[in-house]
Amino acid sequence: MSEVLPLAAAPEAVERAPKRRHPALAALRRLFRHRLFLTGLFLFGIIAFLAAAAPWITTADPNRLSMRNKFLPPGGDYILGTDNFGRSLWSRVVWGAQLSVIIGISVVALNAVFGTLIGALAGYFRRVDNVLMRINDALMAFPAILLAIGVTAMLGPSTMNVILALGIVYVPRTARIVRASVIVLREMEYVQAAVAAGAGHWRILRHHILPNAMAPMIVQLSFLFAYAVLSEATLSFLGLGAVPPTPTWGNIMAEGRDFMRDAPWIIAIPGVALMLTVLGLNMLGDGLRDVLDPRLRIQQ
Amino acid sequence: MSLLEIRNLTTAFGTESGQVTAIEDISFGIEPGEILGIVGESGSGKSVTALTVMGLLPRPPAKILSGSVMFDGQDLTKLSERQLQKIRGPGIAMIFQEPMTSLNPVFRIGEQIMETIRAHERLSPRALRDRAVQLLAKVGIPSPERRMDDYPHQLSGGQRQRVMIAIALACNPRLLIADEPTTALDVTIQAQILDLLMDLRDELGMAIMIITHNMGVVAETADRVLVMYAGRIVEQSPVERLFDAPLHPYTRGLLDCVPSLEHDRPRLVAIPGSLPEPARRPSGCRFRPRCAHAAPACAETLPILAERAPAHAAACIRLPEIAAAMAEPA
Repeated sequence: MSEVLPLAAAPEAVERAPKRRHPALAALRRLFRHRLFLTGLFLFGIIAFLAAAAPWITTADPNRLSMRNKFLPPGGDYILGTDNFGRSLWSRVVWGAQLSVIIGISVVALNAVFGTLIGALAGYFRRVDNVLMRINDALMAFPAILLAIGVTAMLGPSTMNVILALGIVYVPRTARIVRASVIVLREMEYVQAAVAAGAGHWRILRHHILPNAMAPMIVQLSFLFAYAVLSEATLSFLGLGAVPPTPTWGNIMAEGRDFMRDAPWIIAIPGVALMLTVLGLNMLGDGLRDVLDPRLRIQQ
Repeated sequence: MSLLEIRNLTTAFGTESGQVTAIEDISFGIEPGEILGIVGESGSGKSVTALTVMGLLPRPPAKILSGSVMFDGQDLTKLSERQLQKIRGPGIAMIFQEPMTSLNPVFRIGEQIMETIRAHERLSPRALRDRAVQLLAKVGIPSPERRMDDYPHQLSGGQRQRVMIAIALACNPRLLIADEPTTALDVTIQAQILDLLMDLRDELGMAIMIITHNMGVVAETADRVLVMYAGRIVEQSPVERLFDAPLHPYTRGLLDCVPSLEHDRPRLVAIPGSLPEPARRPSGCRFRPRCAHAAPACAETLPILAERAPAHAAACIRLPEIAAAMAEPA
């Protein structure tokens, strides 16, 4: 005990990781070696590209009626065929993709802002926790799609209202996830150390809690994108989404349902697009979770 | 005047089975530049004392029932959270037991040091960085300029504890509370960290309150020692006296538990039993059920801390009998 090593020659100094890389870069590297993530990114990338390039890759107006050309099967002049009014399915599905992606992004943004805010407040300040979480629970008590139907039915069908309804449905779910990680992080020693060093609540939330809560949040948001796209399709299938003739995957499928036997492509094509989008986003989310969740990483 | 003066401090926790006191009637002071050791078993109230001083206990469930914590002419128990934030850092800083989890994993260590300085002072980015590098150098981190950009996971436990100390020193505190600063470290690193703390005391003149259950740590660093048992101070003494002439049977027991190379003892003597649960403390002296010298009178009153020699106090009513028993060979 009395033999004390000189300070300057601290031997522990020698043992350090040889490579210095930003953890975000390291995570990116692992992501780009993850097959599932890459497949998901590819699938979703296709849809995102179609959505972004819609004005340039479609020649026919998605709403132009052409009764002479109705029920044309895929191939020929219309690459994906036409529907019961002779509208180009390619144009309609591509513009529908754009709407789906816009709604997906908006719902994710709403959740990122309000879900984080509510979750962080509830998780960090015990006093507001009970109030916020009981409201949350009340909203979560309704089945997601039923609540969305209720809200859009009340507000009237429009793209804006669909975004609002899906926000109301999913923000409580996101808030719960954020709250859970904030509660864990709040008890971390480095948070106590920061308090002991004189940091205030705002500083602690911003510097010590939220950055560490980002990983589960990102994973949740990628799944949320898929739910939002799927829910939007459901709502517009039921006639509660964007008002026809605006093409959405849901209302194309709803119209195509009547002609399923004679013109199955009308319902099948947006259906496949929807499936690929959701599949891609789920694979993407799974990949993100594998890479970002430290508990899973240990098992690998 | 003492730097920190605690008077009759009692902190309780509200539990399902009612209010339970974690520390009772604690009084002590720390002089500028002094190293005060607080020893005791887990659950004896050492950490609660430190956290009460820092105002870090969540209230509720914790509640300060009585007493005062005077620091710099202010009673810390009466300050608002905002006023306490100004004291934490430049006034009193604290380092914790677990260096592995006391640093935020997503920020570079330099950033974390600068962050702490920024919370209390306005400095230019350049001056801020210089100050952080100086702090790292001061706590013995080699090539501090480069280590600034390391993440906590790139450092060993000992280095992380050094970084924690650098963060604690960031605002030149006048009192540093070290809660089990070396418990999680290897023995060689422990010695280095303790050495560092003593060097820093000599260099900066700050007082240190070091909380530990390790008698060796106390012997090596402290000037004065408090021994706590079941939420109360049972003995208070300058460090040499405590080791040469311990008074309280609990202190004697603690010293008997320490393996020694000098004395030829066939076996270590363990203190029988365990610390009573706060809700089921015995009447009278709390150490009574585990004490070899207990007498019926011990059950009647709670012994108070009384000075038996200059600066040496113990809370036991049977000290003369015990001294006599020790004098005659068994």
